Amino acid sequence: MKRITIEPVSRIEGHGKITIQLDDKGHVAGTEFHVTQIRGFEKFTEGRPYYEMPGITARICGICPISHLLASSKACDAIMAVRIPPAARKLRELVHCAQIVQSHALSFFYLAAPDLLLGMDSDPATRNVMGVIAQHPELARDGIELRKFGLQVVEVLAHERVHPSWIVPGGVATPLGVQARDRMLSELQPAKAIAERTIKFFKGALDNYKEEISVFGSFPTMYAGLVDGKGNLRLYDGSLRFRSATGEIVEDQIAAEDYKQWIGEASLRESYLKAPFFKPQGFPGGVYRVGPLGRLNAADRCGTPAADAEFREFHERFGVVAHSAFLYHYARLVEIIYALERIEVLLNDPNILDTHVRATAGVNALEGVGMIEAPRGTLIHHYKVNEEGAITWANLIVATGHNNLAIGRSVQQVSEHYIDGTKLTEGMLNHVSAVVRAYDPCLSCSTHADGSPAMTIQLLDVEGELLDEVSN
Amino acid sequence: MAQKKLSIRIDGQLISAEEGQTILQAAKANGKYIPTLCALDGLTPVGACRVCLVEVSGVDRLFPACTTPIQDGMSVTTNSPRLTRYRRISVELLLIERNHVCAVCVSNGHCELQSMATAFGINTVEFAYNYPKLSLDTSHPRFVLDHNRCILCTRCVRVCAELEGAHVWDLTSRGIHARIVSEMNEKWGQATSCTSCGKCVQACPTGALAEKGWAVEEMVKNLGTVTTLVHRRGVEV
Ligand code: FES
Repeated sequence: MKRITIEPVSRIEGHGKITIQLDDKGHVAGTEFHVTQIRGFEKFTEGRPYYEMPGITARICGICPISHLLASSKACDAIMAVRIPPAARKLRELVHCAQIVQSHALSFFYLAAPDLLLGMDSDPATRNVMGVIAQHPELARDGIELRKFGLQVVEVLAHERVHPSWIVPGGVATPLGVQARDRMLSELQPAKAIAERTIKFFKGALDNYKEEISVFGSFPTMYAGLVDGKGNLRLYDGSLRFRSATGEIVEDQIAAEDYKQWIGEASLRESYLKAPFFKPQGFPGGVYRVGPLGRLNAADRCGTPAADAEFREFHERFGVVAHSAFLYHYARLVEIIYALERIEVLLNDPNILDTHVRATAGVNALEGVGMIEAPRGTLIHHYKVNEEGAITWANLIVATGHNNLAIGRSVQQVSEHYIDGTKLTEGMLNHVSAVVRAYDPCLSCSTHADGSPAMTIQLLDVEGELLDEVSN
Repeated sequence: MAQKKLSIRIDGQLISAEEGQTILQAAKANGKYIPTLCALDGLTPVGACRVCLVEVSGVDRLFPACTTPIQDGMSVTTNSPRLTRYRRISVELLLIERNHVCAVCVSNGHCELQSMATAFGINTVEFAYNYPKLSLDTSHPRFVLDHNRCILCTRCVRVCAELEGAHVWDLTSRGIHARIVSEMNEKWGQATSCTSCGKCVQACPTGALAEKGWAVEEMVKNLGTVTTLVHRRGVEV
């Protein structure tokens, strides 16, 4: 028996580790995906006033702080029992869509593109964003521009790009001005053009990835995502829907406050990241996936014209329910188009400039749940407070958590396909990492970054003796 | 009633000041800046924070400018490498004693401790953080007390006792165990002497005392209301 360790897995948000257990013949016997550090936000926020939670929990992540600010503020809205002003609701969705654009652009152009464009087996020294810039300068420039657009919208609205304090319990801190709105509108068309170009390019290249599509986490699971009453994709609001592997709607219109009836959380021996599962099917049978692929599988349509056309094409190509984790990349590009269309709709909404953007109240309920679709999937913040408003209990289900079980299974599938024998190549190792990358997991959301960004894979025998090692 | 005039030197400049003034008052009256944290115009100085340390020639030890009365012929230095070092240490010790996490604080960007640290160029501290486990008092309907952010400057104690006349706040215990307490160590919300005037909140230099409901960075203190009242009180009628 030998054991292979990939640590840390590179080009993902945060740090993870993979171990691959080989049998005597060098075949894959088992795999484990570990999230190796603990953060403890749920514990150390006990006693804090509830209205500080958005600011504190935003620090969980530097990539998608907006997601935590929104989910947390929604939980606080529930504790205050307020209905936030309509303009505030729209502004929150607007900033969220901008974040989706920048986060998806980061995942696709910076983290995934090196594998997709330069090849999984290409030289690891240049298999990074710099390599993409050297070989595909136009595409790299598009990626940078698109991400910049998303970040700029965040900055114009919230006055800061990372960890803004603009999203607050009860709404947002300041209204949107005419000039800021017009500036964003003027920059929207180039961003839309980039999104269209990129998805066209990606679809044209799909045939090159047949093998990856068939073995990258390609197995039936349930999918979950937020939808409105008509089954349209929603990112900021909406209720949760579970769709089965064969396409039936298993459960629909689950309100945030009812999440516990449907989602259980298991602790895994090998990881600090909890593994949520669909309660009626138990653990570990109730595997479901969230995020871009989960959402496009759960929803009936997007609800905006260009994204809907892409949505239909996506499902024509891969069926009512698309099962390969490789298609997360594709789904991400569809969602960028959707988010840009929503930004346009919202910016053109006459009420977006309303100056009433914040509701105020004290503690009117002792419990509150906030649920949104973060770039990587459904994010749930659940707080309990005492009458004075101090947090007595908190539970956070981060997007990547939902995918924990599926990532584990995907690692197993890819390892079985690519790894054989006791001699490793860097390319083998990268295929295993790449399937993790397809989910764009955000381990920062449950871990601290540690150490160097290098990736090493080790072959150890039963006694722990090092047999082989590859690193980049 | 006219005060006796004394002659002192501040940073070499000859200054005529009134007997009974502190070094800080004399310096301020002559446009000389000395950094302060615990001192607040019109309240009895207590010398709690030690950022106002100055040198007095002929004496080796340093003096807090806010509590040291001037003497005729005194020569004071308000700025020197030694003073900068000691003031810096004073602020660093305040930073390590409790849990000052600016990034998630309601007073971020409007905090006197933070601006003092910035002014001294403190971006790391040379001592180990203490990380005490401290409580919050959320029992008041409008305000909240967070011991994590308290620097024991006692401005709240003094403004409440001397200006509002309620004397809700006090200090209990000594040294590192010292805490601000309301009434006889009752919860603030139960303190019957508290008039909910909010002067303590406005006088607090950090986010230790804050209005409820403000998100990160939103608690802007209005020190003006406190000092205006102080000056009004000082007007002889
Ligand atoms: S201001 Fe003088 S000791 Fe604090």
